[in-house]
Amino acid sequence: MTAPVTAASGRTGTEPPVQPGRGAGSVQPVASLLGVIALGVVLVLSLDLVSAATALLLELALLPVLRIPVRTLLLRTSPVLVVVPLTGVSIALYGQPSGRVWFDFAFAHVTDGSLQLALATMLRVLAVGIPGIVLFIRSDVTDLADGLAQILRLPARFVLGALAAIRMMTLLGDDWRQLAMARRARGVADSGRLRRGLSMAFGLLVIALRRATTLAVAMESRGFGAPGRRTWARRVRFAGPEWAMCGILLGIGAAGVLAAVASGTWRA
Amino acid sequence: MTTVPARISFSGWGWRYPERRTWAVRGVELVIEPGERVAVVGPSGAGKSTLLRAAAGVLADDPDDADDTAAAVEGTVLVDGVAPVAVRGRVGLVMQDPEAHTVMSRIGDDVAFGCENMGVERSDIWLRVRHALDVVGLDLPLDRSTTRLSGGQRQRLALAGVLAMRPGALVLDEPCANLDPNGVVQVHDAVRALLDDTGATLLVVEHRIGTWLDLVDRLVLLEQGGGVVADGAPDVVLAEHSDALERDGVWVPGSEPTRGSARSAGRDALRAAALRGAALPGADRRGRALPGAARAGGTPGLQTTGAGEFRPVGAGVDPDDARRSRAGGTPGPTARATPASRPLGAGEGERQAPLAAGGTLLLRAMGLATSRSPGRNASRSAGRTAKRRGGDQMQHIGHDIDLEVRSGEVLAVTGPNGVGKSTLGLTLAGLLRPAGGTLEASSDLLGMKGVAPTDPAPHSWSSRELAARIGTVFQDPEHQFIAASVREELAAGPAALGMPAAAIDERVTELLDTFRLDHLVDANPFTLSGGEQRRLAIAAVIATRPPVLVLDEPTSGQDRATWSAVVEQLGELADAGTAVVVVTHDRDLVRALDADEVVLHADGLTPAVPGVRSTGESR
Repeated sequence: MTAPVTAASGRTGTEPPVQPGRGAGSVQPVASLLGVIALGVVLVLSLDLVSAATALLLELALLPVLRIPVRTLLLRTSPVLVVVPLTGVSIALYGQPSGRVWFDFAFAHVTDGSLQLALATMLRVLAVGIPGIVLFIRSDVTDLADGLAQILRLPARFVLGALAAIRMMTLLGDDWRQLAMARRARGVADSGRLRRGLSMAFGLLVIALRRATTLAVAMESRGFGAPGRRTWARRVRFAGPEWAMCGILLGIGAAGVLAAVASGTWRA
Repeated sequence: MTTVPARISFSGWGWRYPERRTWAVRGVELVIEPGERVAVVGPSGAGKSTLLRAAAGVLADDPDDADDTAAAVEGTVLVDGVAPVAVRGRVGLVMQDPEAHTVMSRIGDDVAFGCENMGVERSDIWLRVRHALDVVGLDLPLDRSTTRLSGGQRQRLALAGVLAMRPGALVLDEPCANLDPNGVVQVHDAVRALLDDTGATLLVVEHRIGTWLDLVDRLVLLEQGGGVVADGAPDVVLAEHSDALERDGVWVPGSEPTRGSARSAGRDALRAAALRGAALPGADRRGRALPGAARAGGTPGLQTTGAGEFRPVGAGVDPDDARRSRAGGTPGPTARATPASRPLGAGEGERQAPLAAGGTLLLRAMGLATSRSPGRNASRSAGRTAKRRGGDQMQHIGHDIDLEVRSGEVLAVTGPNGVGKSTLGLTLAGLLRPAGGTLEASSDLLGMKGVAPTDPAPHSWSSRELAARIGTVFQDPEHQFIAASVREELAAGPAALGMPAAAIDERVTELLDTFRLDHLVDANPFTLSGGEQRRLAIAAVIATRPPVLVLDEPTSGQDRATWSAVVEQLGELADAGTAVVVVTHDRDLVRALDADEVVLHADGLTPAVPGVRSTGESR
């Protein structure tokens, strides 16, 4: 359609406002996603110490480039930091035994082999988990959705539905706080934590369903899910910075492999 | 940028939701010609929303003749002669809950969403987006987050999203129900601009129909199960069917409640004022003489609009409000100059005891600052707005709030959407820790029931101690339901406080009767209608007879019948000695309860509006 449109005072142009952005923050998230997946695949080719340690060291050396405050960094990567020791302990106890036995009780055998495997796995989880979180701290969910739909060609219905769901999560957080306050106000919050939790969960479910229905109606009323071609308002870029991101992540993996092969620890 | 306006026609149309026996709406004969502007009114449950959703082609369930429990449809609804589903986008829908229908996280993206779905070319989309935002007057950057928009901004955003799709018809389902007066004006003006821009057909539903009367040229009255019972020019329908409209809970212009109408003494005072020639409400509810200007109320003579006149944009143009915002003024130096505009504070010693003493003092806030984020807020200094990085957690903090909550008095916390009214309400209710200053219960409130808490700060009390003293009714009743049936819901509070079973039964029976819930004793609270939920929420909270009752927007989005039930109940509670704090943007509520008012401003400051305790101005 080419109806005469009088663009508003000073606000002209037919392109969306692209925030130029600098550094890694402006890279299309799908590139980071593909890069991290590639890195992960490369790192599980071998289960040795050297490859994972090399990759992790390179990543830690590159981390300052992202200019993310330490506090944010620790907070966001905390899930990985918590999971890693747990993984380590369980593999140390129950991993395939070999070499000298340090500790033996029922099914638990701590041996040289299992300790080595535990350490290697921990480093691996860190080497994939840290970039997997850190690279997405600054990126926008909308950009990721655009990338998934336009670059990876995932179905628009799926991508936009997921996007709306993520947006709704913040609302549900507020709902949960309201539910908790309401219970305190009613005099029932002094005891029975489990029972109260269940009643709050039920309330949240009802509220979530209601919100979801409203949102679905709102989306449908604006033509969502209508037959016919859907266009995308935002242009998605996959150029220099994106290729660089993929290259760097793949390079980190490759460096690990090379180091392992060179030191003779590579074992497939 | 005109589009071809759409024609919407209902012919013998009816709809039954799945799992229901009764039809939501039935036998509707209604034709809306291209370019016509029609308002639909009727009681809650008459199926107005269903009608609008059908026109927009978004009724969720597919009718199935073979299945008795499936949705059912009869008759036809057509847009430009075809089924609405086939021409989605021709009819643009804006609904009531501004929070729930923003799709994307950035303003520009949200407006563009509809265009994308319709397959508009990218270059064209952004021209349309900018134009649409201009028309609705939303002058914000396209990449601004949608999370912290005010209600009025959010509804204008929704309108822009619809406009960008170039609809043939605009369908509005109570778009102003949850907005403050300023938001109502914004949305009204945006709709007018949109209609001027497109020439689209308009179909609007709203309880407070006065908002739209200057824009519509037809008024349709829908009855429950009876289809269209009146249809014609607005003034004709209003004149000929005023009884039916009133009965059906429609807010007819000119029928706003008078000041203090829900309070027993207020009614007497009004009668007295009327005898003196309807000049000023010369007496407040305790019969003391006060100049009219000192009351937040103002002159009834200015408010009463003739039956034929409309107040186009509701309370927004109320002279009452104009005065009030002036009375609010800016604190700081000015507040110092007029210490009397603050209930407590600088001029403590100057207060005249007889004027100040209303009911018993129950809660006193001094230099109170409020903040949403619990836990961390205590360390935050008062006197500034907390802006946390990341945007979505940004919260205004009200600060330097001085007020008193007294038994038998109604305190209204007002101000624009998003300014922290609810936060103040929750803080007064002891549910949020004050970010600064003090909030203390008086010894009267502390010692009122059972063992007195040692700390006078309500937020430190145990859940039971709190429930015995301060009751809170939440904005969304669904947040506070804790039981599986209406009876259990009403019994929950008293049971938690250890009341004997016989006494609980007695109290529950009494509440069921008072709040007209007796036919619903075994129903699940979540399955009740909006009005019933609201009544249950209030009943369940006052079941413990708390001396202080805090309510967050108890009247938003309600038809007049529910409104009256709620307001009369609150009036009776206050008359019986309960201290009532209402967080509201409902001017009629403030007026009917003859409330003292605290106005929160966008900068977080709180000039208290002179109420009974404004000793300076009355001297």
